[in-house]
Amino acid sequence: MLKKQHYITLVLVVLLVVALLSLPSRMADRLKLAISGLFLPLIGLAASTHEATAKAKAMLASRQDLLRENAALRAANQSLTFQLQAAANAFHENVQFRQMLKIPRPKQGALQFARVIARDPETWWRSVWIDLGSQTPGMRANLPVLTADGLAGKVVSVGETRSRVMLLGDPGLQVAVLVGPNRLNGTLTAGAAGARENNMLDIENLFGESPGRSVRPGDEVRTWGVGGVFPADIPVGWVVDVPQKDYGATTEARVRLSANLDRLEDVWVMILP
Amino acid sequence: MNWLHTIMILALAYVAVFLEGSLDWFRNVLGAQITLLPALMVYTSLTAGIGPVALLAVCGGLWRDSLSEDPLGVSILPLFFIGFIILRKRDLLLREHEIAQMALGLAAGAVFPLGTLFLLYNLGHGPVLGWMRLWEWVVGALTGGVLTPLLFGLFGRMRRAFEYPARKQSSFREDREIKRGRQ
Repeated sequence: MLKKQHYITLVLVVLLVVALLSLPSRMADRLKLAISGLFLPLIGLAASTHEATAKAKAMLASRQDLLRENAALRAANQSLTFQLQAAANAFHENVQFRQMLKIPRPKQGALQFARVIARDPETWWRSVWIDLGSQTPGMRANLPVLTADGLAGKVVSVGETRSRVMLLGDPGLQVAVLVGPNRLNGTLTAGAAGARENNMLDIENLFGESPGRSVRPGDEVRTWGVGGVFPADIPVGWVVDVPQKDYGATTEARVRLSANLDRLEDVWVMILP
Repeated sequence: MNWLHTIMILALAYVAVFLEGSLDWFRNVLGAQITLLPALMVYTSLTAGIGPVALLAVCGGLWRDSLSEDPLGVSILPLFFIGFIILRKRDLLLREHEIAQMALGLAAGAVFPLGTLFLLYNLGHGPVLGWMRLWEWVVGALTGGVLTPLLFGLFGRMRRAFEYPARKQSSFREDREIKRGRQ
């Protein structure tokens, strides 16, 4: 009798798994969002604990430290204001030149701040959950996600109050990039050797190389802007080395990412029109 | 008590999956994330029936997959098979001994990621593997081995707190009483 009960349960569990795995991807995504919604009370609890800890820290900070920090922030603020004015002038000039040359303006997005609330429990994927959802105007899938240092990834699914972000280095995310002053193009991938340890990725299929146009360590890597997800010229990282493969027939480059994706706490979602 | 025991197991699984996603300490220190589910499954299969084992596999697997990029349901089968096999053989296991618990936790911690990876590759969702994955696998197995006896200790305390203590059997037996003196 006991044996029979065990085998009936086994069959039921296997059938459930088969049914779940054969769900259409959109429905599976919705179901995932619904199930992950069960964690909302814990997410809220964690957020309030974080706030309470921050408040307690602020209360414990000495007045002298706060005054010193305040002075440093004032200085940084003034310096940034000058830089902003210079950038605004450059932008104005850029708009005028574009009008004169009749070049359309590139996509401009508004940045929206988000906090990372959870990470993928499986370490073989690279994704995080952020606290922005469809309640935020303009929030949708396939929006670029940045940090102050550079590109971090893209939004892949959007719930009401949270969204999942696929980070650079995830096998599902490939980004077209331009490398160095010669602007050679390639595809940033997770890399076959799992080079994402130490925050590094591979650029595969580098095109446009010639004796006079090559990739060198230290070259800057930026997004290309093709593909419709990532606008052009977002900093991604810099080249660390250029190993030759297949007896020099193909070139790859190893890139250290500008954004430290292993210790991601705050990100910016670029809301594009 | 059975329902309370099952609820306690599920509540711990729920909190453990959330902490696995939200706590970065272990990831930053060890370079690998630890998971409580295989150890919890060992505990459940050694102390409860097929119902709690199936519930833990389904709920724990779904909760974990919902936070992950894994296809929904892929963690259920490896978890369930660990529990099912231990449950079928538990009469032969020295489950009260910490060494046995540790060995089972170690095996479960090693089998769970392998089973999940096997399913992922068969479903065509194979992730990138590197040497770091081997380190993560070793850490996962070791933490499974360490956490299982700790779970037995924790649940033992919780059960003692919520349950009436078992009545001690008296060694006195009426049929073995030696009657002295005149009847």
